[in-house]
Amino acid sequence: MKTLKLSRSLIILAVILILIPFFMSNDFYYEIVIVALFNSMIVIGLNLLMGYAGQISLAHGAFAGLGGYISAVLVGHFGLPPLVSIGSALVFMALFAYIISKPILKLSGHYLAMATLGIGVIITIILNSEEELTGGADGMSVESLTLFGFELSESWQWYLLAALLLLFILWLIENLIDSPLGRILRSIHDSEKASSSVGVDVSHYKSIVFVISVVIATLAGSLYAFFSGFISPQEASFNHSIELVVMVVLGGMGRLYGAVVGAFILTALPQLLTSFEEYQTLIYGSIIILVMIFMPKGVISLFDRFDMGSHHAKS
Amino acid sequence: MLKAEYLTKRFGGVTAVDDFSFRVKKGTIHAIIGPNGAGKTTLVNMITGVYSCDEGTVWLDGADITNTATDQLVYRGVCRTFQHLEVCGNMTALENILLGFDRYMTKNLMQVCFRSKRVREDEARYTQRALHLLDLIGIASHAHTKVKNLSYGILKKLEIIRALATSPELILLDEPVAGLNPKETAEVAALIRTLTKDEVTIILIEHDMRMVMELSDYITVMNFGKKLAEGTPKEIRDNPEVIKAYLGSGSF
Repeated sequence: MKTLKLSRSLIILAVILILIPFFMSNDFYYEIVIVALFNSMIVIGLNLLMGYAGQISLAHGAFAGLGGYISAVLVGHFGLPPLVSIGSALVFMALFAYIISKPILKLSGHYLAMATLGIGVIITIILNSEEELTGGADGMSVESLTLFGFELSESWQWYLLAALLLLFILWLIENLIDSPLGRILRSIHDSEKASSSVGVDVSHYKSIVFVISVVIATLAGSLYAFFSGFISPQEASFNHSIELVVMVVLGGMGRLYGAVVGAFILTALPQLLTSFEEYQTLIYGSIIILVMIFMPKGVISLFDRFDMGSHHAKS
Repeated sequence: MLKAEYLTKRFGGVTAVDDFSFRVKKGTIHAIIGPNGAGKTTLVNMITGVYSCDEGTVWLDGADITNTATDQLVYRGVCRTFQHLEVCGNMTALENILLGFDRYMTKNLMQVCFRSKRVREDEARYTQRALHLLDLIGIASHAHTKVKNLSYGILKKLEIIRALATSPELILLDEPVAGLNPKETAEVAALIRTLTKDEVTIILIEHDMRMVMELSDYITVMNFGKKLAEGTPKEIRDNPEVIKAYLGSGSF
């Protein structure tokens, strides 16, 4: 048995990511792709929560934003090294997620959506009002990222970091989904009664998946803050949270690579539509509605005939 | 094996289970029967920690397990099935059974994410055992079929072997043949019989009288949450109280 199992989808994505730089004629394109990579990470985590474990969160934009702010503030105001700051943000957000998961994941459906919505809004309000630390609604600038004495300044360096990290996260999560833990998450989605009847502590595993998804969001949110050199409450807004949920659904719920497809489409689409000026939002909305009507299983389902994506989709 | 004493559960003004006591001997099939609404499923839900007991105690081999959660009970050798099918429709038959074995497999996040040797070994070992169980109910060929595409009769059996995968000492079967045709009923009955060969104790909630009479070693009859009678199948069959509860008093 091979020790390093790489799925076909992962290899195909790696090849695509290697090819992308050859088509990057300027930094603007790079920027869109890098943002899409970071969004992909958040959406992978959110998809694990929504598509696999069947729990909704309307606060993942807020979590990513808060994580980004924590990293930015620790570097900017307390002078901690970036890696230490990001590490602290991850630990803090993991604890935070664990603590809030216990009461809110007792809820389900609309009620869970409302609870997470509330948490997201509270985070946005705090980020707006703690002006001394966060700069309030104007946001704050973030130093550039220095890793082991090496400063990431060029777009291609960021691209390399984000692409490698995305592939690594995909590999980890793919392993997780294919494991007893992943099976338990999917069983909770299908029937909590069945899960607990075979000894699954449902609330424990809901917390675990929630923490994992928040940690990934924090990592992506932190790196995004360093990448853009600026962070504002906009990153933590309700709009961003909704956008992330739409990415999950558009790409394909419970489809690991759907998350990447959804994130790339929804990150790039607004940029492609800028030439339509005032009709931009209208066209954007129409495309999403049409995709959801004609591809209810997500855009990734288009690739099913090539046997890509998760093999769990086979029936 | 299992001893329930003075169990009581009230829903508002209704006392669904009223001061109910019974004992289950190890290695037996103990049936609990009664008309619809007698409180049988409520009783199962109380024993398995789905409902909290308002009064009373449940003992398992001398240990107090009252109000222990369903998932914790599995680790004490108690497992249940459901009157209304509870299987994971979007998972394959094999995965549904593996779910039962998950209590033995490592779920450590690091091991799982890096797909450690232990994870791979677990998977290989328990896949074999799960396939063996699927073979027991004759659907090994459907191992990779999503269970929502399988028939109701198969799923009723699948639920039982999923419970079996957790290596229970006591299984509570809540109406395992409800809605099945005579052929499927016979198959489930045969399956239940094979379970007892492995010294598994069974509490059987069932309406199908023929099956109950054939299978059970001991029967407790419930009516309006109270114990109406108990005894061997023969004693129950001849008990006038039981006949009255099922067929009416006869005095028109």
